[in-house]
Amino acid sequence: MHLTKEQERMLDGEEGEVVARMMRLLVRLGDVYGAEKMVPVTSVQVAGVSYKSIGDAGLEFLQDIAKEARVKVLTFLNPAGMDLENWKEMGISEEFAKKQLAIINAFQKMGIVISATCTPYLAGNLPRYRQHIAWSESSAVSFANSVIGARTNREGGPSALAAAVTGFTPYYGLHLDENRQPNVIVKVKTELKTSTDFAAMGYYIGKEVKKGIPYFQGIKDADVDDLKALGAAMAASGAVALYHVEGITPEAKEVSIEGLEEIEFGEKELKETYDRLSTGDEPDIIIFGCPHASLNEIIKVAKIVEGRKARKPFWICTSRAVKEIADKMGLREKIEAAGGKIVADTCMVVSPIENLFNTTAVNSAKAAHYLPGFCKQKVVFKSMEDLLEG
Amino acid sequence: MKGRTIYPGKAEGEAIVSKEPLSFYGGIDMKTGIVIEKGHELEGKCVKDKILVFPYGKGSTVGSYVIYGLKKNGVAPKAIINKETETIVATGAILAGIVCVDGIDIDKIKDGDYIIIEAGEKEAEVVIKE
Repeated sequence: MHLTKEQERMLDGEEGEVVARMMRLLVRLGDVYGAEKMVPVTSVQVAGVSYKSIGDAGLEFLQDIAKEARVKVLTFLNPAGMDLENWKEMGISEEFAKKQLAIINAFQKMGIVISATCTPYLAGNLPRYRQHIAWSESSAVSFANSVIGARTNREGGPSALAAAVTGFTPYYGLHLDENRQPNVIVKVKTELKTSTDFAAMGYYIGKEVKKGIPYFQGIKDADVDDLKALGAAMAASGAVALYHVEGITPEAKEVSIEGLEEIEFGEKELKETYDRLSTGDEPDIIIFGCPHASLNEIIKVAKIVEGRKARKPFWICTSRAVKEIADKMGLREKIEAAGGKIVADTCMVVSPIENLFNTTAVNSAKAAHYLPGFCKQKVVFKSMEDLLEG
Repeated sequence: MKGRTIYPGKAEGEAIVSKEPLSFYGGIDMKTGIVIEKGHELEGKCVKDKILVFPYGKGSTVGSYVIYGLKKNGVAPKAIINKETETIVATGAILAGIVCVDGIDIDKIKDGDYIIIEAGEKEAEVVIKE
């Protein structure tokens, strides 16, 4: 791989042993994947934040790195294992909290913004079209590539951290235009009424296309919440890191769809997916915000439950930034009066909810996919409206 | 046998071979280097100072941190030989500085064989000593 003088100097240890090791990681990964050079990144998002996911191995690694390395670009985090302020309210143990806060301290020492969210693009880390970035969280990678048209591979925790402390990422995969062409057309033959319908379709299509790049036709309209749900589901059931939607996502008109295989998604597939994702009956709790809820989603929930109790206790998981606005708008009072809670910095998949509940209701296909394995939950999968009113 | 270098260096020692893929996270104890995955063919064996041979890694990306932890705790293998090294193992080996090569026909290596590895910047050579 061709390296610039600046990159060579980092590799030779002029910025310290940690930066050298991180540069070596990027160079080797670049060599393995056939990158010819490095490109500067303008934004990073690092995964592997929850103590539940990374354990003592991760904590010790991060503390080592934090002794020396500082980030060079705007860097955010993936969700942590608890609300960093109101963890006691969530039923988190002292021991878990101590370890989780030690992880956060290590990241803070590196100069990372302590915004622990899977939706950095809704919380102050928004790249522009065609900008090179290094993000980790699979749903955020999908959103950045597809909806914004930025360029990122799906980075692991360490390779994203390496991009943050060096300011570079190897130029391969989805950073190159030629690798962003779709390989399958999805003909949507049913009306998608809620973001949960989009999530269900994403779940089905992710299983079908696996690592592919689908091109959707027949979607009349989709808002940011719909696309967020669609991408998250495809990245969970498959490994889709980029999709195009005709008339809606920015690169759809630049790519070629000639001669591609076609698959259909209709009423039957939609219903099948709902049935498949629902494994439980009576939920102990309803949890929204996978990926983290947008302000608009919190407003919607507040409207549905205004002036009455929801049929079950519920949480809305979101970023700290969005929670602050919701608090200022008086939405928290409305939600709490209805038996709900706004939880920041974390989510139902990465926090230890298995200690609290057995059956969880969600409107997210991604959450429905991970909850049985990661959190030993039975799942009820329905739209926000059905869960709160039903 | 010729292969591809993931992390360069020289190493030699006794092979410990798994025909099954290996998960480092939840699969190997970071403090002792002992394989703890229930029912795994290497369960109960220690990877410390061995040449660890397996087809490819599986499981959580946290596996990279476990490989780093094994090295830090002085219980890492001397080298890793894979059929195909995926990102989790590659990242862990590079961060930890453990010699790692792939593209090797691992069926030819038996448990207990004495292995010599010379991994250059790009290509690697693996020799089974008679």
